[in-house]
Amino acid sequence: MNSATSTPPRIGSGRMITAMTATGALCALFIVLAYQGTLPRIEYLKAKALEKAIVEVIPGMTSQKVFRLQPDGTLQEVQEAAKDASLVYAGYDLKGNLAGVAIEASGMGFADVIRIIYGYNPATEQIIGFRVLESKETPGLGDKIEKDPAFLENFKTLPIVLSADKSRVQHRIVAVKHGKKEKAWELDGITGATISSRAVGNILGTSTEHIVPVLHKNLPLLENLAKQ
Amino acid sequence: MSNPISQGQNNKGFWSALAQSQSTNEFLKGLWKENPVFVQVLGMCPTLAVTNSARNGLAMGLATTFVLLMSNTLVSLLRKVIPRQVRIASYILIIATFVTLVDYAIQAISMELSKALGAFISLIVVNCVILGRAEAFASKNTVGRSIMDALGMGFGFVMALLALGSVRELLGYGSIFGLLVFPPVYQEWVIMILPAGGFFTLALWLFVFNWYKTHKKAL
Repeated sequence: MNSATSTPPRIGSGRMITAMTATGALCALFIVLAYQGTLPRIEYLKAKALEKAIVEVIPGMTSQKVFRLQPDGTLQEVQEAAKDASLVYAGYDLKGNLAGVAIEASGMGFADVIRIIYGYNPATEQIIGFRVLESKETPGLGDKIEKDPAFLENFKTLPIVLSADKSRVQHRIVAVKHGKKEKAWELDGITGATISSRAVGNILGTSTEHIVPVLHKNLPLLENLAKQ
Repeated sequence: MSNPISQGQNNKGFWSALAQSQSTNEFLKGLWKENPVFVQVLGMCPTLAVTNSARNGLAMGLATTFVLLMSNTLVSLLRKVIPRQVRIASYILIIATFVTLVDYAIQAISMELSKALGAFISLIVVNCVILGRAEAFASKNTVGRSIMDALGMGFGFVMALLALGSVRELLGYGSIFGLLVFPPVYQEWVIMILPAGGFFTLALWLFVFNWYKTHKKAL
């Protein structure tokens, strides 16, 4: 048995290369098998989590249709919800009326990217639901954006103030310090999670400015599809 | 029918032989005498970072145990094949492979758990307990002894992470494994689930562990 400090016996480069290549090939085989074996289950769990989140952010929905946002600002229905950042999910109630639209959005938080999903009801022009899909915010502080009841209360009915022709958002959503909310479109923040709650405000502000006018432009399509 | 006295002696002999066997020693040393956290103070990154709840501590401990077990086994199997000059690179490759496997497995078991453990699963690659055991033990010993060593060190690590996670969750959230222990009027010690709480709890456990080792004869 050689000690770590003793001089190892001289061996050829070929043997070293062969040993490392063989170890690498064996490891590659293990990884590929594990990846292939777990992929269907991981995709299934991700889809389930998204499905659950959509139902949560659109209260009263019983069925859904998936749309892809096209570069020209139109929506196109897609049959298979492949992983795509430009997808929006329209939820319909039992009578086939549009109950709301779920939109994914993301942005930088305190620790890392925060990924959220929110529900928007074009009829009432309000955000009607909110859920954090992914966040690495500080446990006990920043992660309050996921569970603080007072903060989550903001998203039960958060109005999006639009211009008369509904082509733009008139007042961007902003997060303010806890207890300082004065305007309807302001988010009441969290003490001890200032940066994280402001990040949520920024993500929602940017996303709604971009997507809400598009939804109103395509509202006849969203509503008519439900009746078909 | 056998004599109960001789049966008792046989049982005593069995336990005594078991306690003195080399495999048992390899296993037990990781649990107590050479515990990776409380004695060797290794693997501090996950020990402090993910033990904000008992569930996270247990999951990280089991994930590390799996990687330790598999890497010790493979390193021991290949110990005569891998030249010493390239051993560290080979061990890292083997460890990184099993960490990737664990990462996929956790994602396939629970997205919530995967989300809670975050980047710390990938960081098992650089956990010095694993590379340390591969280099100091598995590369010089048989597969059987390496497995016993990995199991002992792994369960010692699980025990330590569970001990830290339980105390931090109890004081930080008032619960253990998500079950409320303290009444709702309990004011949670938020600091216990923050990084500082990890250091406080580790110091507390190190104190308890060392105090017991020093005073065990007097007890």
